[in-house]
Order: sequence, then C-alpha cells, then structure tokens
Amino acid sequence: MAMLSFERKYRVRGGTLIGGDLFDFWVGPFYVGFFGVTTVFFTFLGTALIIWGAALGPTWNLWQINIAPPDLSYGLALAPLREGGLWQLITVCALGAFCSWALRQAEIARKLGMGYHIPVAFSFAIFAYIALVVIRPLLMGAWGHGFPYGIMSHLDWVSNVGYQYLHFHYNPAHMIAITFFFTNALALAMHGSLIVSAANPQAGEVVKGAEHENTIFRDTIGYSIGTLGIHRLGLFLAVSAAFWSAICIIISGPFWTRGWPEWWSWWLDLPIWR
Amino acid sequence: MRLLAGISAALAFLLVYYAFEFPPVDSVQRGYRGLAMEENSNPRVDRAKVRANQLPEPAPETDKAGQKASEVYTNLKVLGDMDANEFLRLMTDMTTWVSPEQGCAYCHDENDLAADRPYTKIVSRRMLEMVRYINGSWKTHVVDTGVTCWACHRGQPVPASVWYNDAPRTAQGAAGNRAGQNVASAAGGLTALPVDPFTPFIKEGADVRVISGTALPAGNRASIKQTEWTYSLMMHISKGLGVNCTYCHNSRSFFAWDQSTPQRATAWYGIRMTRDINTQFLEPLTPVFPASRLGPLGDVAKVNCATCHEGVYKPLYGASMIKDYPILVGPTPARTASAAPGAK
Repeated sequence: MAMLSFERKYRVRGGTLIGGDLFDFWVGPFYVGFFGVTTVFFTFLGTALIIWGAALGPTWNLWQINIAPPDLSYGLALAPLREGGLWQLITVCALGAFCSWALRQAEIARKLGMGYHIPVAFSFAIFAYIALVVIRPLLMGAWGHGFPYGIMSHLDWVSNVGYQYLHFHYNPAHMIAITFFFTNALALAMHGSLIVSAANPQAGEVVKGAEHENTIFRDTIGYSIGTLGIHRLGLFLAVSAAFWSAICIIISGPFWTRGWPEWWSWWLDLPIWR
Repeated sequence: MRLLAGISAALAFLLVYYAFEFPPVDSVQRGYRGLAMEENSNPRVDRAKVRANQLPEPAPETDKAGQKASEVYTNLKVLGDMDANEFLRLMTDMTTWVSPEQGCAYCHDENDLAADRPYTKIVSRRMLEMVRYINGSWKTHVVDTGVTCWACHRGQPVPASVWYNDAPRTAQGAAGNRAGQNVASAAGGLTALPVDPFTPFIKEGADVRVISGTALPAGNRASIKQTEWTYSLMMHISKGLGVNCTYCHNSRSFFAWDQSTPQRATAWYGIRMTRDINTQFLEPLTPVFPASRLGPLGDVAKVNCATCHEGVYKPLYGASMIKDYPILVGPTPARTASAAPGAK
C-alpha cells in the first residue's frame, strides 16, 4: 500500500482510548483499532439479522422488506424473535455500530492530537436515532413505538406518526429543525459556490484566496463571517438541525398527545388578548 | 446581559411547563406492529372529558299503568303508543336530559300541558321524531347503541356544540376578505384551514373526496381550496371525536378503503346522517324559533360531529341508553340506510 510522504510521521502506535495497543494498527489506508473491530462486528451481525428477518418475511423485494418492532402489548419487554425481537436485536447492533464509529473517530482524533469536533458532531446524528428508537419508546412505555426497518415501511411510519398529531408542521421543534435544515443548505450552497469561484478559476486565471472571498461578501451584504467562522456556523447549523429533529419527535407523544395545531392555543389564550 | 438570559430562561421554562403535557401517556395500537396507526392520549388531560361523558341517573322504574298514554293524555302525536306510566317516566327523564333547571315549563304551558305552546313544545316533538328516525334509519352509524336527547343536550336546552352560518367580523372586499380561511379556525382544529367546512359538506352535500382516481390528470378539477375544505372537515371530525387521522385512515393512502379501518365506514355514514338531520329536521324548524335562538345570519342551530361525540370516539364512551326506551327507536326502513334521502 502506497503511503504519502508525510503519513509515516502520523502513523504511530499509542494514544488509544482503551485496550492498550490491542488492534492498534492499520490495514491499508484504514486504521483498525478496538472500535473498528466492534464496528465491524455490530455491522455484520446487524446486517445478517436483517437478512434473516427478510428471509422470514413474505418478500425479497428490496422496497418492501420490513423488520417491524414488537406490538405495543410487549411494552418494554423482550419480544419473540419473529414478533419484533429481531428488531430489538438489530437496534442493539445499530446502536453498537454507530457508537463504535463515533469512538473510532474520537480515537483517531486523539492519536492525531486534534479536537473532538467530528465525533461530537456525529453524536448528534446518533442522538437523533436514539431519540427515535430508545428515548421516545421508553417515555411512551413500549418498544413498539420505534420505527420499522424497511424502505417503504419506515416511510409509512413517518407518515402515520405525523398524522397522529393531525398536522406535524405545527410542531414547534419541527419548525425550528426545518429552519436549521434549510439554513444549513443555504449556508453550504453559499460557502461551496464562494470557494469554487475563488479557488477553481478558468484556465489562465490566478487562484484567489480569502481576500477575494471576504470582499465579495462585504461588497454584497456588508459583512463576511470569515474563513474560520463559516465552518463554525456550518457546524452549528448542522448539529442544530439534527438536535431539533430529535426534540421534535421526542415531544410528539410523551409531551403532547393531541394535534400540534392545538398546541398553539397557549398563544391564542395569552391573557393579553384572550 | 445575565439578567436578560435569566428572564429568557424563566419564560422558556414557563412555556414548556404551561404548554406541554407530561408522561406517562396511553397508546392504543390499531394496525400492524410498526405501522404507527395509534391513538395517543394523556389520562390526566382526558379527566375532564371522561367526567363530561357520563350517563345521567335515570328516573326510577315504574309499574305499568296498563293503559296507553294516548288513552290518558290528549294531543300525543309521537309517544301515544307507550304505557301511560312509562310515558311519564320518559317525560321526567327528558326534563333531566334537556331542561333540568327550567323544568317541565320549559316545553309545556303549565296551565295546559297538552297545548302546542311554547315554541319549544313544537321543537321537542320534532326532535323526538328525529331521535326515532336516527335510531331506526341510521343504524349504519348509531348501530344499536342509539341516541337519546342526552347524547346531544347533556342537561342543556341548547347543546354545547352546534354551528351557525359564519358571519365574518372583518371588512369585506379586497382589504378584509380572508376567503373564508386564514384565521385560527375553531372548526378546523385551530389551523388556518377554512373556518366553515360544515355548509358545503353537512348541509349542501358537496363531495368530500378530492383525490384523483387515476395517477395522471384525467378530468379531476378539484382545487387546492376544495382540498382545504375537505381537510378542515377532517380536522373537525378529529377534534370532535378526540381521535387522530389514523383512527380511520392509513395515511399511506387516504382514499383506499381496503387500507382504511372499519371506523371509516361508520364515519362515512355519519357525515350523511348529519347532513340528513340538518336538512330534514333542523332547517325546516327555522320559522318556529324566536330570533334570539337563531344565529347571526338568521339560521337555525345545526349539528356536526361534535354535537353528539363531544370529544369522544363513541358518544358517552359507547354507553347505550335506548335499551330502557324502546319507543325511541323508530321503524327501520326496508331499504338500506345508505339509499335514504340525503345520502350521497
């Protein structure tokens, strides 16, 4: 495996999170590490369980394969494998794989002496998944409140859960999350177009740098957030979108059982104009 | 700055505490596991609703008089075939159901109980005919549970949930025309949907369905506005019955009957039944009522789903009262109720 000239300097053992130098080596370009092994373990086990579940089911049509959670009647207990138990095991594997991946990111960052921004950011995505299949089911008292694993089936779940609250767009945290998603896309489009416009000029033109990038924004809107600031902003927008997505589903059910439009009656009922 | 942050945090805490509910909650699974067809409720929020949907204490049972009511009393047009003592008992119960504070005199001239005055006597006789008609001809909706005066009146001369034609309080013309929507619509579940879904659907008989039967455009002229009217009616049904959309529909295909719950068929008949009641019984009574009992546009009080259901999927949680009052069940027509007048 070819290695760039500077890579040899960073590819040294030590600095792991746990386990001493167990699995503290590289395979080709990939760092293995203890958490790399656990990631692979959970990924293969979980995928195998999904294939088993599909084999038990009525179809091999990729769109229609459905691994559903248990009936609500099982509450927070374990269910038989064919009646939602597989879903529970697959959920454990998914959580194991996602968390292992975040810890692997943290381990590599630690070995390199970098900040932990990447695993922290990825943790928000894991938090959104945990909110759906662990936190909300725990608060509502049954694993059956988790979403089913299947391409069409999970879309049906999303649609029906939305209509359980009559009009999900009135969910205040959903409003905030959508706003962050859109703002995130806007910021990324502006940042990407700006960098490409400066750093990838036509043949024969000179490459421009931060001076040009700052100036075009100052000329346009009077302010440039700067080369470091735009990445801080991007991180904030992206993790906020994931965070408020998680909040919007956690509050749907445990903290509000009626239609979301009705939630806003607190506003209509304010003593100022009631 | 710190003060400002403190005040903001306090306001946010107040909002969360005041505006939200808190676990534990109840859920009822109504579809295959993982499909998320579920009814959610919070028992602490529902406490008032449960209290408001109890049956009243019935009047004590009496021995039979052995005589028909029509042989003892005069001017009986609906209840004449009853036993005379049971007739008195029903009259006592009707007072409990409709005018417990006002008493018999609310519908009777105390000097001449047989007289057709005041106007409430005329109305209540027609309402008795209506109850018999509902229990006999609309079993598709009320099945054998049936309704009595209490189902709607709940001890009040005018039921709590009725509707009148909407009189917009804004200036009209381009400046103030809200096109019948775009305010918090009480009927439409506090959304910005049309404020009056009742006139088109449970009075005039507009088609509720707006979705195309074909994948490609093939003559379906339903507009967004019509669609919003349908959604407003659906919001009213949800609010009126205290259920969500998945009580009747699997939202992956709202129109498909084979993916809907059996309750959707009951609701389909309910929409037709309500329209039937409004057009056959209530609107023709308009001239009987004094002006003070009519709406701002001079129309009579009309019923919608909430009138009987009062926020519960089955009125009074399915408790039946008509088993004690067989006289309140009218004759069942030979033909099916879906072919009854007003059905569409």
